[in-house]
Amino acid sequence: MKKTIFIIAALLVMGWNPANSQTQKGSVLIKNATVLTITKGVLEDTDVLVENGIIKKIGRGLTASNVTTIDAKGKYVMPGIIDAHSHVALDAVNEGTAPITSEVRMADVIDPYDIGLYRALAGGVTVSHAMHGSANAIGGQNITLKHRYGSGNPDDLIMKDAARTIKFALGENPTRVHGRGNGIQPRSRMGVEAVIRNGFNDAIQYKKTWETYNNALKVKGATPVPPKYSERLQTLVDILDGKIIIHCHSYRADEIYMLINVCREFGITNIVFSHVNEGFKVAPELAAYTMGASVFADWWAYKFEVYYSTAYNAAILTQNGVITSINSDSGELIRHLYHEAGKAQRYGELTDEQTLALITINPAKQLGIADKVGSIEEGKQADLVIFNDHPLSVYAIPQMTFVDGVKYFDINEDPNDMRLRVAATESIEPIFLKEHDHKCMHGVDFFFTNFGRSLFDHEH
Amino acid sequence: MEDQNILKMKKINQIIFTVALLVLPLLANAQFDGEFIKPRNGRFLLQNATIVTVTKGNIENGSVLISNGKIEAVGKNIPAGDAEVIDCTGHFIYPGMFDGGSRLGLVEVNSVPETQDYAEIGQVTPNMQALVAVNPNSVAIPVTRVSGVTTTLAVPSGGLFPGTAALINLNGYTADQMYAGFKGVVMNFPSSARRSTRDRRSDEDIKKEAEKAEKTLNEIWERAVTFYQLKKADAALDYYPEMEQLAKVVAGELPLLVEVNAASDITLAIAWIQSKNVKAILTGVAEGWRVADKIAASKIPVITGPMLSIPTRNSDRFDAAYTNPGKMAKAGVKVVIRSNDAENTRNLPFNAGFAAAYGMGKEEALKAVTINAAEVFGVADRMGSIEQGKDATLFVSTGDPFETKTQIRHVFIDGYRVPMSNRHIKLYQEFLQRSPGLVEN
Repeated sequence: MKKTIFIIAALLVMGWNPANSQTQKGSVLIKNATVLTITKGVLEDTDVLVENGIIKKIGRGLTASNVTTIDAKGKYVMPGIIDAHSHVALDAVNEGTAPITSEVRMADVIDPYDIGLYRALAGGVTVSHAMHGSANAIGGQNITLKHRYGSGNPDDLIMKDAARTIKFALGENPTRVHGRGNGIQPRSRMGVEAVIRNGFNDAIQYKKTWETYNNALKVKGATPVPPKYSERLQTLVDILDGKIIIHCHSYRADEIYMLINVCREFGITNIVFSHVNEGFKVAPELAAYTMGASVFADWWAYKFEVYYSTAYNAAILTQNGVITSINSDSGELIRHLYHEAGKAQRYGELTDEQTLALITINPAKQLGIADKVGSIEEGKQADLVIFNDHPLSVYAIPQMTFVDGVKYFDINEDPNDMRLRVAATESIEPIFLKEHDHKCMHGVDFFFTNFGRSLFDHEH
Repeated sequence: MEDQNILKMKKINQIIFTVALLVLPLLANAQFDGEFIKPRNGRFLLQNATIVTVTKGNIENGSVLISNGKIEAVGKNIPAGDAEVIDCTGHFIYPGMFDGGSRLGLVEVNSVPETQDYAEIGQVTPNMQALVAVNPNSVAIPVTRVSGVTTTLAVPSGGLFPGTAALINLNGYTADQMYAGFKGVVMNFPSSARRSTRDRRSDEDIKKEAEKAEKTLNEIWERAVTFYQLKKADAALDYYPEMEQLAKVVAGELPLLVEVNAASDITLAIAWIQSKNVKAILTGVAEGWRVADKIAASKIPVITGPMLSIPTRNSDRFDAAYTNPGKMAKAGVKVVIRSNDAENTRNLPFNAGFAAAYGMGKEEALKAVTINAAEVFGVADRMGSIEQGKDATLFVSTGDPFETKTQIRHVFIDGYRVPMSNRHIKLYQEFLQRSPGLVEN
């Protein structure tokens, strides 16, 4: 007992704290706003009271002492925007060395200094799904971030109560990297199916081996030899056991349908398709068997597998009952996801509520965090954005962004330079003409130098 | 008896056929299997709309009469005569929008090299004509024009002088039918900026490359001036198409479209343009806001965009790219907006919307995609506003075309009513309620 107390005391002295108490939580009272709750309609002239990072009360005439009060008369409050597919704040994106790399974790490569985090906050985005790239059929494990910009500690950015997720990828990217780049499977969409199927079957064998070993241990006096531990296969076992949500980079209807069938065969229901440009062609299947689709508003024709796609994708999917979100996959697009969602009204005339769900509660569902964020409800985490106009208007400008009740962006207090640190090598600051738009293939472009520079203008 | 029956049948068939023919135009908006709706011209009266003329204010409950490709009349109470009447009650009429720089038509699928026709091999290829490589049947053209973007500058890219850009209308089956009356020679001014966040060259390498490019540029220019002088003196000259084209710039027959973005480069480019005394337009100009007064003083117009870009420097305010056109316009620069896109040139109005929201104002942003563009391209006598005698290149919308919620109802290009359909819309029609739907297995 003494020893335990000593250990706990030592850990506390060393800075270890239980229950992620390191992250800051704030309190604030927002008054007289038009509150876009997403799940409970639009509330006019309404107050939102936040206490210690949690939405305590929503109503009229709320008061609180010792709490910052913000008059939001004439302004709109919506839940913090959630991006279900991002590569912001990552030092590395692809471990493109094998068709299956389920053992790697994006949690190990978080870059808390990325200015992209602040730019996302300035666009009202409070949560992003920091993903592995699309080089491998089964890529690494992703990490869901809360944009608590300002801390140099990567751990402070992690949303610790988020579900585990993993990246899968179909089509051109894995076949290009491994088939054409390395001369191994997969070289075609047939091979992609085989790689995934083989992976799951290996995992089943692996699980059995461990079960056999664990059963043998129960026999008194037995000294069985333990099997070799494999992080790669154990992760696949966790997928089969429903502990991890698959987020699969995909474009064409046939490959989406293929993976739906493989998942059904292996009893996997936790799967979200990402990009999924031809999702609209298999919308009934996506609605019946998956956790939905996370799409671009209007990207198409940047590569062959998205040539036969349509900007009406989000609308068709939504009307067919598919849980649909709009993601960025880009440090540029993440800054105006409210505008990307707005395009779903140009292309398919979705209602305001359906449209705002595309960037709030729907991505929250796909990341397994819908009980915590994604709508303005009492008891939920206080991730909030205040806009000067309805967020689906092209003229809307985010004014303030809160994560856990703490204000991380205020347009009136923005000092321009929001870098957390300046590298010594940056005495002459580099000028970039464009963001390298889509980072899904980041780190594996050395395979394709012969295709010319323009290939990487747009890529996912 | 039998013969009579057959005759009767024939007559009934004839009547049915005639009635069908008469009804067909009424069904022009519905599509049948195998039917294709073509663009068509004629006389059209667009009635009861709010007309946003851009140059002469708004006209409430106004009408526009289109005839022979031109706007024959604008105003109230215009009699229809034999014109086809299109009721636009509650709707708005705007002049077609210009995209000041795009690859639309020059590339079909960005990652497939076989479909990339915007860049040639070599540093000095000003004689490469974008107009000849524009594919009038690109799937992206109908996808673009239903947004109200009717006219784009097709811009080649690549080396120092990558080619000659051409203004095109987004309707027509040949380059000549699409050509909208402006060409300009593109020049990539030696750049001290990184091409993208992936450009890993060292500062020193970038500087060296820029210096080398500047030296090359000046040598090429001297050659072009010499060529021009010899030509003027009727000297016997070898076939030299590159210099032939640059000599037109020296002579002032064609303007230079100078692509330049970093602030220090913009300053150098302005000095270069002034020292050579050429007609020029600055393009890109991402850091224009840093030297807006210098640009304004030079009186050189600017084509800038996209607004939907990250700031050029990490230390810049998050909205540096959104506010750039507004800051330049306020300083007195004539600003045109571009998407710099290809397949998503349809996002031009949203770029203008962001510019408007972040300081430019709606009115100025609308000018930046209509009359300013027409003036900079020297076609303002025919395009850029709704005025009598101008080309009938315009669209009808349910509201502000910069708002995503707004629907565009009709588009006319050079008097042709273009079908409000494209592959994106057809896929929507086919798959909204797919048949067969879900089959359980």
